[in-house]
Amino acid sequence: MGSQGGFGQSKEFLDLIKSIGEARSKAEEDRIVLHEIETLKRRITEPDIPKRKMKEYIIRLVYVEMLGHDASFGYIHAVKMTHDDNIHLKRTGYLAVTLFLNEDHDLIILIVNTIQKDLKSDNYLVVCAALNVVCKLINEETIPAVLPQVVELLGHQKEAVRKKAVMALHRFYQRAPSSVNHLISNFRKKLCDNDPGVMGATLCPLYDLITIDVNAYKDLVASFASILKQVAERRLPKSYDYHQMPAPFIQIKLLKILALLGSGDKKASEQMYTIIGDIMRKCDSTSNIGNAVLYECICCISSIHPNPKLLESAADAIAKFLKSDSHNLKYLGIDALGRLIKLSPEIAEQHQLAVIDCLEDPDDTLKRKTFELLYKMTKSSNVEVIVDRMIDYMININDSHYKTEIASRCVELAEQFAPSNQWFIQTMNRVFEHAGDLVNPKVAHNLMRLIAEGFGEEDDTADSQLRSSAVESYLRIVVEPKLPSTFLQVICWVLGEYGTADGKYSASYITGKLCDVAEAYSTDDTVKAYAISALMKIYSFEIAAGRKVDVLPECQSFIEELLASHSTDLQQRAYELQAILGLDANVATNIMPMDASCEDIEIDRSLSFLNSYVQQSIEKGAQPYIPEGERSGMTDVSSFRSQELHEVSSHALRFEAYELPKPVMPSRVSPIEQSSSNELVPAPEPSYHAEMHQVASSVPSVSDTGSLELKLKLDGVQRKWGRPTYSSAAPSTSNADIPKIQNGAPQLDAVSSSSSKAVSYDSRRQQVEISAEKQKLAASLFGGTSKSHKRQSSGSQKVPKTNIPAAEKSHVAKNATSDTAVLERTPQPPPDLLDLDESTVSSSAQSLDPFKQLEGLLDLNQDTSTLTTSDASASGAPDVMSLYGETTLNVQSGGVPNLLPAGRDEANLLSGLAGTPNRDGHGENTVTNPTQQLNKGPNAKESLEKDALVRQLGVTPTGQNPNLFRDLLG
Amino acid sequence: MIHFVLLISRQGKVRLTKWYSPYPQKERTKVIRELSGLILTRGPKLCNFVEWRGFKVVYRRYASLYFCMCINQDDNELEILEIIHHYVEILDRYFGSVCELDLIFNFHKAYYILDELLIAGELQESSKKTVARHIAAQDSLVETAKEQASSLSNIIAEATK
Repeated sequence: MGSQGGFGQSKEFLDLIKSIGEARSKAEEDRIVLHEIETLKRRITEPDIPKRKMKEYIIRLVYVEMLGHDASFGYIHAVKMTHDDNIHLKRTGYLAVTLFLNEDHDLIILIVNTIQKDLKSDNYLVVCAALNVVCKLINEETIPAVLPQVVELLGHQKEAVRKKAVMALHRFYQRAPSSVNHLISNFRKKLCDNDPGVMGATLCPLYDLITIDVNAYKDLVASFASILKQVAERRLPKSYDYHQMPAPFIQIKLLKILALLGSGDKKASEQMYTIIGDIMRKCDSTSNIGNAVLYECICCISSIHPNPKLLESAADAIAKFLKSDSHNLKYLGIDALGRLIKLSPEIAEQHQLAVIDCLEDPDDTLKRKTFELLYKMTKSSNVEVIVDRMIDYMININDSHYKTEIASRCVELAEQFAPSNQWFIQTMNRVFEHAGDLVNPKVAHNLMRLIAEGFGEEDDTADSQLRSSAVESYLRIVVEPKLPSTFLQVICWVLGEYGTADGKYSASYITGKLCDVAEAYSTDDTVKAYAISALMKIYSFEIAAGRKVDVLPECQSFIEELLASHSTDLQQRAYELQAILGLDANVATNIMPMDASCEDIEIDRSLSFLNSYVQQSIEKGAQPYIPEGERSGMTDVSSFRSQELHEVSSHALRFEAYELPKPVMPSRVSPIEQSSSNELVPAPEPSYHAEMHQVASSVPSVSDTGSLELKLKLDGVQRKWGRPTYSSAAPSTSNADIPKIQNGAPQLDAVSSSSSKAVSYDSRRQQVEISAEKQKLAASLFGGTSKSHKRQSSGSQKVPKTNIPAAEKSHVAKNATSDTAVLERTPQPPPDLLDLDESTVSSSAQSLDPFKQLEGLLDLNQDTSTLTTSDASASGAPDVMSLYGETTLNVQSGGVPNLLPAGRDEANLLSGLAGTPNRDGHGENTVTNPTQQLNKGPNAKESLEKDALVRQLGVTPTGQNPNLFRDLLG
Repeated sequence: MIHFVLLISRQGKVRLTKWYSPYPQKERTKVIRELSGLILTRGPKLCNFVEWRGFKVVYRRYASLYFCMCINQDDNELEILEIIHHYVEILDRYFGSVCELDLIFNFHKAYYILDELLIAGELQESSKKTVARHIAAQDSLVETAKEQASSLSNIIAEATK
């Protein structure tokens, strides 16, 4: 059936492909491609190029673009080619534009007219080609241009056209739902199309629609269930069978839809139970596709209203997945377990060892999936083990995307289930240390709050213990190099607040550490700001306690450095510190009360105390305040570096066009804003904190560091010291989150006792052959579940445990004795049998003489005596395909179920292909030496012809990639 | 939904790319580099799935060619794996025991076949026969178009003689 006589391209193009194929490095390849681009650039602009030639140029452009180079100079020629009347050229043009252009490309507008014309063509193939392009290129703007025609094509007599029209409408819906909202009923109609292909395609848009609005489609539940039933009963044409499953892709789509429709809807779910049960029973769990359907059934069962019988069979299927040797199935098993665990938490317990195996598997994908499962089944009894594992894993990976995810999961779990604050702090330290830059800054604030507020109860000693342990751990960590900025901020803050609180460490020790930090991370302004605030706190605590403050020389130089800093924020903090150093104890206690961070701050967001002042000013003729959102040319000034930004934004380039001079407002805004804020400074401020004035008056220079700075302190001094960020600190000081953290505390005792019980209990009933370490892990992970059953007798506990191995054994026995034939018949059904009855399948499975097959292949005589080859030739399928079939059968009977091509080693592939005699009747999985075959390629005649052809062209299979000739399906 | 389809050889050479979601050219190169680093290094016994940037990439190796498809988190991996196999079977039928070389020299044909199988990132046709029939119809149409063109040019050649 090889429809290709030759490769049909010019020598030049073949040479190009050949030379790229033989390129030894990426650089060499790039050089060749760049040269090709030059050639094409020159050629393509020549006048009067014959169309055939042009077509080849376009294909060469596609090739160049595919290799990752820019071929945009030729796009216009591809567009031109779509205008051609010859379908041959038109098709090439269409292919090229779909590959070249994105939906927002300017050239699309030039194609729309052609598409419109082609959608009306008499030739349905032209219409199909146009619809392919519609799906890829028509964007929101151009939808109206083709929409009426596409809708019309829904009723086209050719099913291929109808199908593509449905998909095109679906695409329109994805792009711009509003443009096709009135046409959605068409999808319902097309569900009843008498062509299964069209029906199958309609499921895609319906799935999307149902995802968005389930309730509008509840009436279709019965229809979907009945379609699924018909599909499962093989009512569809045989050509939809795939590896002997009846239309599995349609089944999967329908199951997905049913899962949506039945979610949380008992009545709807009841309509599906029977059919889902049927499908699960019928699924052939030895083939990939059978397992795909099975997995989808489990997903569906876990999503709809629970049904005990189905849950049971889902659990059985999961057990099978997890016990499989195939990593793919294990992966799906873990995933399915994660879905089912919400409904029946006890199911995880049966599979604890399988889960732990997966957790320790070298396969990263599997490991991550298992972590996801653990994440779902975390509770206060096992949080310590799980989070510990997660962090260990997190430390060892580089993938920042996943690192962020797992770090935030650790934080989430720790916040939710922390058994003790101590543990929480330690865990957070580890997370911050290794992924500090990746976690949400809010987490850092939470941590600081937790340390500040402790248990929140009256238990002050516990609180101070917590703080001192935090201080101690931070002093230990802070010397380590390269800590993330967020973490350093937390460290500085905690050291500043509580470093000297318990009297264990002297002020000079702590301040020395803080200066070290500031010095080591001198490029990070935020850290420096935290550090100087911390210094300020420590010094004022010292002053308040009546001790003499001696500033270390390095602190002195640090302060001096900041006094001259470009950042006004740092500068001001430094000046304030200097001012504080000159104050007496009484004042210092007032400015910097101990533990001020815990005090509640009432925030007057509307700044109502300024109302009278504003009123006065307006009466005097000042401009009213314009809210930020209505101003133009201003960036957000509320962020940490507000002053800088403010300055920048008022001087920076404006990217918007200037407005007409009439409204005037925007241009005047910034000066007004500034002047009004300047006016705020000397204003008769209401009685909020006199201390501030003292600071300001004693150090006159502070007042001119920026009026904004002062304005920001309207919230109260304590807050500033307590939490040295200006930004979103205000809302985070509210009490909203506090109960959440406290939750962990009371649980502590109950949890630790129960988990220890669980451990001892579990370890008693573990099987002997499993290593003690695994047992322990299993116990600590799953112990929580068993504790709920604890009150029951131990006998009933053991039932599931003993039952499973027994069932397994009987299953194995059955396989060994009676079911070998079944095994051979059902695995990955061989493609050459697709056109045959099932009866031939079993017959072909009987005689497995590779020698004869080989002969049959080599002379290509249709009358060979072997059953298999005659089957194959009768069906007219390619001969190598039949061998492929045999290979699978052989391998399967060798007792390795569910093999994937990628899983088999190359040698097997090759020996299967060439019909190497190493494969005997026992189906032993012998490995042959592939090298003997490498230079020859497959023995099939077709391949030999191909070989000869390319040799003529000068491509040698012995070059870089000897596998070029290898049959992909081998 | 399938976001893109990649065919990469074991040496990391690109054999076919099809993007169903918008990726600028620079991004494409990056994606290919990243994924070939990730996939080509994986051992034979491991899962055929890789988690990548919040998506999942399902790949399958045939001889020395890797077929990769990138899908959403909630898609069925095993189904995609079979879609890949479905595609390879169709290619096999079309080319007659397809090998990598067929795809190298006839990549545009591989594109046409892919277009009949997937559209806008969804499986549009699950019947092998239908796809084969459709492709055959296109090919025969192209043949007749070619013949017409050549006879036309003959006539012109005759006339201008």
